[in-house]
Amino acid sequence: MAIDAATVRKVARLARIAEPEERIEALTQELNGIMTWIEQLAEVDTDGAEPLTSVVAAGLPLRDDVVTMGGEPEVVTGNAPKTVSNFFVVPKVVE
Amino acid sequence: MSALTKLTLKGALDGLAAKDFTSVELTKAHIDAVEAARGLNAYILETPEQALEMAAASDARRAKGEAGPLDGAPLGVKDLFCTKGVRTTACSKILENFVPAYESTVTSNLWRDGAVMLGKLNLDQFAMGSSNETSYFGPVTNPWRAKDSNKALTPGGSSGGSAAAVAADLCLGATATDTGGSIRQPAAFTGTVGIKPTYGRCSRWGVVAFASSLDQAGPIAKTVEDAALLLNSMSGHDPKDSTSLDVATPDFTQFVGKSIKGLRIGVPKEYRVDGMPAEIQKLWDDGVAWLKEAGCEIVEISLPHTKYALPAYYIVAPAEASSNLARYDGMRYGLREEGANLAEIYENTRAAGFGDEVKRRILIGTYVLSAGYYDAYYLKALKVRRRIAEDFDHAWQKVDAILTPTAPSAAFGLGENSSDPIAMYLNDVFTVTTNLAGLPGLSLPAGLDANGLPLGLQIIGKPLDEGTVFSVAGAIEKAAGFTAKADKWW
Repeated sequence: MAIDAATVRKVARLARIAEPEERIEALTQELNGIMTWIEQLAEVDTDGAEPLTSVVAAGLPLRDDVVTMGGEPEVVTGNAPKTVSNFFVVPKVVE
Repeated sequence: MSALTKLTLKGALDGLAAKDFTSVELTKAHIDAVEAARGLNAYILETPEQALEMAAASDARRAKGEAGPLDGAPLGVKDLFCTKGVRTTACSKILENFVPAYESTVTSNLWRDGAVMLGKLNLDQFAMGSSNETSYFGPVTNPWRAKDSNKALTPGGSSGGSAAAVAADLCLGATATDTGGSIRQPAAFTGTVGIKPTYGRCSRWGVVAFASSLDQAGPIAKTVEDAALLLNSMSGHDPKDSTSLDVATPDFTQFVGKSIKGLRIGVPKEYRVDGMPAEIQKLWDDGVAWLKEAGCEIVEISLPHTKYALPAYYIVAPAEASSNLARYDGMRYGLREEGANLAEIYENTRAAGFGDEVKRRILIGTYVLSAGYYDAYYLKALKVRRRIAEDFDHAWQKVDAILTPTAPSAAFGLGENSSDPIAMYLNDVFTVTTNLAGLPGLSLPAGLDANGLPLGLQIIGKPLDEGTVFSVAGAIEKAAGFTAKADKWW
């Protein structure tokens, strides 16, 4: 299974975390150590086991499709790093 | 007024009701204690002005005969709970300047019942850690020290600030959260009581998310009764959290002190792990003896998948975390770093804003969810999680509650385990199973080790049966007669 440096670079890219090249080797070792420890799960017989995604037995509740809040753009954008006239300012993404 | 900070929550509420002192006096005493204890680094934000306003309002309510169940009691809040208009950081750089425009449901419930907020408490960054050392604001120091030693010890984590603040009398109780043991392990390390209730008992709305299927709020308190009082207020159905259970909250205090005669208590053989200190085994034996004396029947049980709980957790929790923490993109709130294009801005923002342990878990989570590995890791872990839940289902056919140690050691030195992630993860070996199965678990102090450090016992209950957990805990508390406090050095 061994995680190699290329895999670490790829995963960091997928996770949108810039990892400097000098960190890659150490991260590769750390992640390998953790994943090797996790490998013991292969010993468990899980044939026929239903994956457990939620310990809450009840189904997800539905609420009425009505507006419950809104009309406060200054509150919504209050913590944004960059705003103009109550709009979020984001980098240009379309050339 | 230091005597006022020595009170239990129950004692303080009785004193307020008897008009022995006011909430303003009680709150001032705590504010002074908090200021004098800054060296512990338990509070990362003090809110004394707000506390005194809330206390004055409480005194006014009480004068009119309108006091609520926690009226006038000063509490600390783990900095994972959003507090309206008060900075909430999850102890991360990425949220260093985040000021929520809303209040979490759990803290709203506490203020509804009259409690007073003293400030925000330190924790491991995004609640990821077992020693408080991953906090962007630096670690909390445990008020407890080993005999004849000045070495700084960890209060545990992630709720290390909450546990240290309660242990050092810097509040009458504190909110905390528990994803793999983050309430119970710090409680054990600091001689305090902590309960993680059944998943869904407390609303997660307004609590910064780590792993949503495991995260659950609960209190850390000085006594079992205090924990019951706090959980009464914190619990309750909340339509804003789809996993919040629509069930009535019983008065948990009614269960403390109730006879436990005839209860069947399980002792799981798989919890006798290799290398467990003899003192912890002894404490566990003591617990068994106390429960026998109280009329319980002790039953040896098997939870065969126990050893797989931590590895399964370290797939499920990072997977959920990698998804939950995708929201920190530097656009709508939080830190933003510059870059040449959108992807670089994301990457630089998240590299600068997250600490090493958070990044490690996001990377693991991203890896186990990525194409080609999903079935082998994530799906496998969910199936193992089912096996762990089934272990408990089988146990409940034979027993009413389960007794275990809380943690495999007493508090260790700051820096001792921080270079080895897996050694750190093993702290949660006895607590993580209940998160995976959604069960209530309570830790209470039951003795001291040879170095004079507190050790905890854990009681695990059936789903929504916190009542029995509180009854068993009350009986152990009485039998153990644990009254030790950390000697004040700070």
